[in-house]
Amino acid sequence: MSSRMSFFGPGHGACPGCGLTIATRNVLEALEGKCFVANSTGCLEIVSSQYDRSAWGVPYIHSLFENAGAVAAGIDLALKALKRKDEGKVVVFAGDGATADIGIGPLSGMFDRNHDVIYICLDNEAYQNTGNQQSGLTPPGSNTTTTPVGKLLPGKLGKKKDMVSIAVAHGVPYVATASVAFHADIRRKVKKAAEIEGAKYIQIHTPCVTGWGIDGKQTIESARLAYETALYPIVEYENGELIRVRKIKERKPVEEYLKIQRRFRHLFTHPRGKEVIEILQKIADENAARFNLDI
Amino acid sequence: MRKVVRGFYSIAYSVKLCRPNVIAAYPITPQTEIVENLASMYANGELGECEYVTAESEFGAASILVGASAAGARTFTATCSQGLILMSEVLINAAGMRLPIVLVNTNRALSAPLSIWNDHQDSMILRDAGLMQIHVESNQEAHDMVPVAFKVAENHKVMLPFMINMDGYKLTHAYEPIDLLDQETIDEFLPSYDPPVYMTTKNPLTFGSYAPPQYYAEFRVVMQNAMDRARKELENAYKEWAEITGRDWGGHVVAENVEDAELVAIAMGSLTGMVRDVVSELRTQGKKVGLLKIRTLRPFPIEEVRKALKNAEKILVFERAVSFGHEGPVGMEVKSACFGLTPEFYSFAVGLGGRDIPREEIVKIIGNVYEGKVEQGFHFGTVKPFEEVIV
Repeated sequence: MSSRMSFFGPGHGACPGCGLTIATRNVLEALEGKCFVANSTGCLEIVSSQYDRSAWGVPYIHSLFENAGAVAAGIDLALKALKRKDEGKVVVFAGDGATADIGIGPLSGMFDRNHDVIYICLDNEAYQNTGNQQSGLTPPGSNTTTTPVGKLLPGKLGKKKDMVSIAVAHGVPYVATASVAFHADIRRKVKKAAEIEGAKYIQIHTPCVTGWGIDGKQTIESARLAYETALYPIVEYENGELIRVRKIKERKPVEEYLKIQRRFRHLFTHPRGKEVIEILQKIADENAARFNLDI
Repeated sequence: MRKVVRGFYSIAYSVKLCRPNVIAAYPITPQTEIVENLASMYANGELGECEYVTAESEFGAASILVGASAAGARTFTATCSQGLILMSEVLINAAGMRLPIVLVNTNRALSAPLSIWNDHQDSMILRDAGLMQIHVESNQEAHDMVPVAFKVAENHKVMLPFMINMDGYKLTHAYEPIDLLDQETIDEFLPSYDPPVYMTTKNPLTFGSYAPPQYYAEFRVVMQNAMDRARKELENAYKEWAEITGRDWGGHVVAENVEDAELVAIAMGSLTGMVRDVVSELRTQGKKVGLLKIRTLRPFPIEEVRKALKNAEKILVFERAVSFGHEGPVGMEVKSACFGLTPEFYSFAVGLGGRDIPREEIVKIIGNVYEGKVEQGFHFGTVKPFEEVIV
């Protein structure tokens, strides 16, 4: 068994092409397996932690849906009190719903007390474990089972919650976004986060094959298009300052990203589709301006 | 060292002597002063190898302790009422994960209507959660039961969370002379926490697996087995405590004058003292009454309760909670212990939401039941006529 296999897998039951497992493996390998994992309830937990079949080669705990931030804080406190900090870093893997919706209280508490925790939000932009219900990080226009497309409505109305700004506003020392399209960037950011004492937040864009309605081989392509359209800006903050962004060479129109996914396909035929595409393009343009993404 | 202290301090001081590693809490009346005392000890460097944090909620506090306990720390928190039920999702989870978290619940009513005052509705909601639960009568008993709680919770034959229930206000705020324990006594009684398994990179294990139907039931069976073993382990710890300190609080129950009693009155917590007092007075009047104090609620001491009640013609339970749509929860427990016996059964919910329980009320209830002036079944204590708007 190679060392790569020993941190996560074999034995997980994720879909072929799952973005979560790509991100998770990269994070664990960047930390060389020297970590304690707290995982919220969700897809990653379900595909990896069945009794007698755990895929985890690192100490792992799953408690509840909404408390991974607090559980990680508790591990951090225990390691401190028991003088075992040198054993490894404390890492959270939590989905977008667990992070931005139901678990935002414990996450805010963990940030506020500045625990020495690397919080990884695996952002697949909906409650995918339960079959694609909208979360606070679902983008507008997305067709989910709780924001379905109908005669009147074109999928989700409203915005994707700006968790990066929420994290930065807590004054935590390191905040970044990343994408499974860029493995080396994930690893670099995780390694950097591991060097910094205090709370770290890294939000990784992780396409979901079933929820987004893409083929398993389109995971990386979808994630890359989200970056290339500026719908998913890849940014890095240290001590509240924007220190680095991933520039875009020739920014693509949002339609390039939308048209390959079933969750957005209705936007090209629905009476309000054009309006939503314009909203999404406006968000992308604002991202590009805000972070100075265009070369 | 005998000192006049409040109930809060009697708990906090005892917790300190138990050498906890992680304390996480959130303020709520009437618990706050317990954790304020601990915070002050922490600020003065008196807690040794311990981290103390104020969480963002009781839910967060309990969750912090789940992580800390799983990582091998001895953990403590205190809460009550809304805080306890906000913690409930986590505590049920901690019990399933077999994490020996110790908490003190300063019993308080539940909203609505909002009430910050004492009864037992909060802890009764967690009756089926998988926590061991005891009720204490006095602040000395509360002080003494903290080391007992850690010892039994962390016993490898048990490994379950432990909740000490003490009545809010009636005990927490009361000043009483307390024989404060010393470190040597506690160190002799309570070994350092030695978890059978814990999170470590040296031996990476998975905690909190999900269990499909072919596995789930077995986990719940072993929880029940652990509770069954806890009966014996807790009994042993009570005995050892009595030997070491000379203070014998009894076993799971304390039965007084029950052998020849026609009527046995049952109480838990701080109300017990008054019921004992009334029962003693009635004894001097030649009335055959007895008292059963229930100390351990979970695991429920079914044999001890049955033994104490086997000769009783009438059983009278003083309830501090209601299971709406049925009756008082202690009565339900007691009846199950008496299955096959045929005593008359009475229960009265008294002191809900901190309503004063005058001695005369206890005298009247016991007297009326003794003299056959009350119908069997569940009753409320003294309540005023109240217009129901929603009918």
